[in-house]
Amino acid sequence: MEILSGLFNGFSIALQPLNLLWCFAGVFLGTVVGIMPGLGPAATIAMLLPLTFGMPPTSGLIMLAGIYYGAKYGGSTTAILLNVPGESASVVTCLDGYQMARNGRAGAALGIAAISSFVAGTVGVLGLMLLAPPLAKIALSFSSPEYFALMILGLAMVVLLAGDSMIKALLAMLFGLWIASMGIDLFTDASRFTFGSAELLDGIDFVVVAIGIFALGEVFANMEMQGGASLLPVPKGMRELLPTMAELKACRFAFFNGSVVGFIIGVLPGAGSTIASFISYGLEKAVSKHPEKFGTGVPEGVAAPEGANNSETGGALVPLLTLGIPGSGTTAILLAAFVLWGLRPGPLMIQDNPELFWGLVASMYVGNVMLLILNLPLIPLFAQILKLREYILYPIIFGISIVGIYTSSSSFFDCWMLSLFGLLGYLMRRLDYPTAPLILGLVLGDSMERALRQSLMMSQGDLSILYHRPIAATLLFISLLLVCLPLFRNFNQWRIRAIEDNG
Amino acid sequence: MLSNKRSMLINGNFISGLVLAALGSYIFTQALNWDYMTIEGPGPGFFPYWYGLAMVFLSLLLVASAILEARTSENPKTVNWSEVGRALSAWLLFSLSVFLMKYLGFLIVLSALTWFVIKFMYQQNQKIAITTAIGISVGFYFIFAYALQLNFPVGPLGL
Repeated sequence: MEILSGLFNGFSIALQPLNLLWCFAGVFLGTVVGIMPGLGPAATIAMLLPLTFGMPPTSGLIMLAGIYYGAKYGGSTTAILLNVPGESASVVTCLDGYQMARNGRAGAALGIAAISSFVAGTVGVLGLMLLAPPLAKIALSFSSPEYFALMILGLAMVVLLAGDSMIKALLAMLFGLWIASMGIDLFTDASRFTFGSAELLDGIDFVVVAIGIFALGEVFANMEMQGGASLLPVPKGMRELLPTMAELKACRFAFFNGSVVGFIIGVLPGAGSTIASFISYGLEKAVSKHPEKFGTGVPEGVAAPEGANNSETGGALVPLLTLGIPGSGTTAILLAAFVLWGLRPGPLMIQDNPELFWGLVASMYVGNVMLLILNLPLIPLFAQILKLREYILYPIIFGISIVGIYTSSSSFFDCWMLSLFGLLGYLMRRLDYPTAPLILGLVLGDSMERALRQSLMMSQGDLSILYHRPIAATLLFISLLLVCLPLFRNFNQWRIRAIEDNG
Repeated sequence: MLSNKRSMLINGNFISGLVLAALGSYIFTQALNWDYMTIEGPGPGFFPYWYGLAMVFLSLLLVASAILEARTSENPKTVNWSEVGRALSAWLLFSLSVFLMKYLGFLIVLSALTWFVIKFMYQQNQKIAITTAIGISVGFYFIFAYALQLNFPVGPLGL
């Protein structure tokens, strides 16, 4: 009852005309800036934060939440249309989204991304509203061994992302771990694999690697043949551009999976939306009746990671609003905004500032609806990009990649790295190495090493700390099952063949 | 025997396996230079030690499977070097653009890159190449520099 009255109060605030306007402005600006590669939600909010300084805190927060949602959705647009991940969590969307675009289903992929973002965003808000206090306590019980086990679960997804060769997938993952270890070691200040370069002391930005490997690698591979990559098919008519009922039906579980996985991972400080999208994609593939089709353009492969990416937003606000702990770069900037307004998020936040908390929750519902209303009609417009001739499209991709990297770091060195990873992406395609495991290793490498070293510090070198705690042990057990999955499948196929031969 | 050797050499798995084995060895030997364990716990060499070792092991496995494959395969894969040449030319062109961007500015370099791709790599006529090159640069200026107020590398002409 208390929740209902709070929500009612929240809607009365969020539906005020001025707040609706700020919410729309946030969603719109977030989507536009989020489309830019390299500018993820954190950078977008940081850039647009000054716009909110003159507003009342509730209106400002409503606009920032809109930007957060919009930027997350915007990142998927270039991932689907150009294979350029707009932000780190959109990398997984490239795997099937871009293939759907190549198969003439770009509009459907964008539609599924929008609908999945809407469903998962709403589930995330529901979770924030109903489960915030108890979940925040559980999140606090996560220590280094549990984080290490979670990262291992993420790495175990390599089994599901591998193509024909498991050895190559594992090697790609190890290469990603190597890139992740470049730079200064946070525990000892030792510089590792920097080759004497001062620019490498901070390591290599994830987005540089992702854009190089996915976008540039793909363009170089397509440029092998003059006219080899023909125009991508774009069906005519709004009906043909939107997802079909069959496609939406195929995504039923993916909507649910993405929403739940994204929210749970979002609650854990430091885990982030990239690992959420990888895990939900892996889970979707693991339970699918046709796992072999993943990577060729299946709608579930778009719905699951996009849902996880957006639901994570609601989850990430749980530790921020209930404990005052920012779990990611984006929520850290949101915390800075709270402090600037003289507010202190924490256990008493709901009690002391009910209008702010419930206004935010209600505006997130409204923001999700706006995101859907804003983006579905834009799909035909976005899909027209694919009608461009390849000799026009490729220089545009080159330009967007350079602008995305340079504007986020102002570093020519990063542009050089972009070129180098573009070459690597091309060679990986040429030699049949899967690219997703490299990204997985890169994303998880740093956090995994930190969690492992912290765990072993806690136990003074005793490895049993990693499997004696119940949550960590469960996660490790699930990882083991995932790794053994292909072995079971192979054994089963061999058994069926043997029975058939005997028969 | 000669054909086996040739197929092995052109086998990407064999070459990439060797390159990755060398990289794994480098990672492993570098890791030996850093502390494996300190009083507080694992040191900076701990993690690279293990994944470097794993990389050596897996890449040697890849090399071995490539050798076996080359011996048993009757129709070894051949590489179309002209296709590879086109892709590598595109990469070189991109790298050259990144280099020149510092001196000429982003917009001029993007125009030149677009013109070169259209005129020489896709052999379209001069009119298409020039108008598209200028059009793309103007579009980039209006969307990113003017509307979104993002900073590009600027050359001597202020572009």
